Amino acid sequence: MKIVVLVKFVPDATAARAFGADHTTDRVGVDGLLSELDEYAVEQALQVIEAAGEGEITYVTMGPENAGAALRKALSMGGDQAVHVLDDALHGTDALGTSLVLAKVLEKLEYDLVVAGMASTDGGMSVVPVMLAERLGLPAATFASTLSVADGKATIRRDGDLASETVEVTLPALVSVTDQTGEARYPSFKGIMAAKKKPVTTYTLADLGVAPDQVGLGGAATEVVEVTARPPRQAGVKVNDEGDGGVKLAEFLASQKFI
Amino acid sequence: MSEILVLVEHDSGAVAKPTTELLTLARRIGTPAAVFLGSQADLAKASETLGRYGAEKVYAVDDPAFGECLVAPKAEALAAVAAQAAPGAVLVTASNEGREIAGRLAVKLGSGVLTDAVDLAADLTAKQSVFAGSYVVSSRVRTGTPIVAVKPNAATPEPHEVTPQQVPVTVELSDLAKAARVTRRAPKEQTGRPELTEAAIVVSGGRGTGGDFGPVEALADALGAAVGASRAATDAGWYPHAFQVGQTGKTVSPQLYVANGISGAIQHRAGMQTSKTIVAVNKDAEAPIFELADFGVVGDLFAVLPQLTEEIKKRKG
Repeated sequence: MKIVVLVKFVPDATAARAFGADHTTDRVGVDGLLSELDEYAVEQALQVIEAAGEGEITYVTMGPENAGAALRKALSMGGDQAVHVLDDALHGTDALGTSLVLAKVLEKLEYDLVVAGMASTDGGMSVVPVMLAERLGLPAATFASTLSVADGKATIRRDGDLASETVEVTLPALVSVTDQTGEARYPSFKGIMAAKKKPVTTYTLADLGVAPDQVGLGGAATEVVEVTARPPRQAGVKVNDEGDGGVKLAEFLASQKFI
Repeated sequence: MSEILVLVEHDSGAVAKPTTELLTLARRIGTPAAVFLGSQADLAKASETLGRYGAEKVYAVDDPAFGECLVAPKAEALAAVAAQAAPGAVLVTASNEGREIAGRLAVKLGSGVLTDAVDLAADLTAKQSVFAGSYVVSSRVRTGTPIVAVKPNAATPEPHEVTPQQVPVTVELSDLAKAARVTRRAPKEQTGRPELTEAAIVVSGGRGTGGDFGPVEALADALGAAVGASRAATDAGWYPHAFQVGQTGKTVSPQLYVANGISGAIQHRAGMQTSKTIVAVNKDAEAPIFELADFGVVGDLFAVLPQLTEEIKKRKG
């Protein structure tokens, strides 16, 4: 069983996230980390390998130099090796371009299963996994709240608003998983030490046969024309409940015409 | 004026409210044309609503794969309609399914895609609320046919009565599109409350409920509101995940958001920060939720909420 897990290095959501002068997400000046939602993908891949009793995991990321930290974090949880697509021309690449680059990486790798998180915690579009499936001609079972792999098939449960669905795909296939799949493991000290020795291959766009004008800010099919910081909300009135908190709240709601 | 395709979201022919919002937005941009994926019987039910909100045309594709498979057949059918209609833009609802259809369509058409638009101008510039609502971004598609996934409540639906021209489209779906089979579907019990992402008022509960959502639900019903929950509450199994408000759940932007026993971690704020008015009840005076709240009560929700509910009922007579 060979699994590829897509991971992303994102600005820490608890830090002051910001944009550069060219309206791209600041990925260097703000502390970053492995996207929390990708930890669930790592965990599920590890569980699939553990259940199968054999296999290997390759992590793939694309991003600036510091994105290597996301690969090391994933490798410290488990898995075998990683690929880092690193090229200055990637700066400002949109979802369509990202899926192109990742598809080129996947064409170089052997895999039975590709696992991704449900979304990144920065862009949060949830489109890259299906774009990749579309480009590679892979069946996709997405937004899984459970995942099991057996007999050459992946089976997921997808919880929607109207129904809970069981979906089956024949491998090779792509799966994206939600935070409902279960807590991700913490890396052990041994895991952290071992991760330092696991191989990370770096690819440039030239290695992947992608022309620089197909990606980056110039090659993006979308553009950000304006970025405005929203003024922080002002805290309003705070009262202590002295037996009449509910009544005071009702008065406020009535003054705002909600009742 | 070019056609603006609107993918219809429906449940057995009952058109979802966000679709009527998309038709309203489409009318700002060009000529609204709906794309209906489903049976003839369901189409007959949906057509009236689509016409009432200004759909000049309804492209209809029927294939059992829409129900039997996950997402991909819908994207393929929409791509086929887009190839025939050569639209000025394609609008879908920014649900999980809608975003996936938008993403797939972007690759099929070689077009740029924007997701989670909270507004869309006549020149197709989209506004998005990003980084947990701390920035507003204006963006646009510059390659191909603009594809935009729009969030619920981005516009107020405006009726504009027309009689849609029916355009049946035949699509030969690929085997690949039908590769993800739905082998079982368990319908969820419906609460009878407004849909969370569409509701004008949302009343939420968190860790402070200790698992008892009784007072939260009673207040919600007194206000005619939807019920939401923090991740702490859904992770604990106190309330179904479908009601989770936050980064990994639903993003809501109601007129009024009432947070009860919710501390206000970034994960939760990401899902509710853009609400018009925010009210909070929490025992902890230092809870970060009070930094956002227009009105906060430091107190026990099990005392405050029943009193509030009683008072609302009294005032409503």
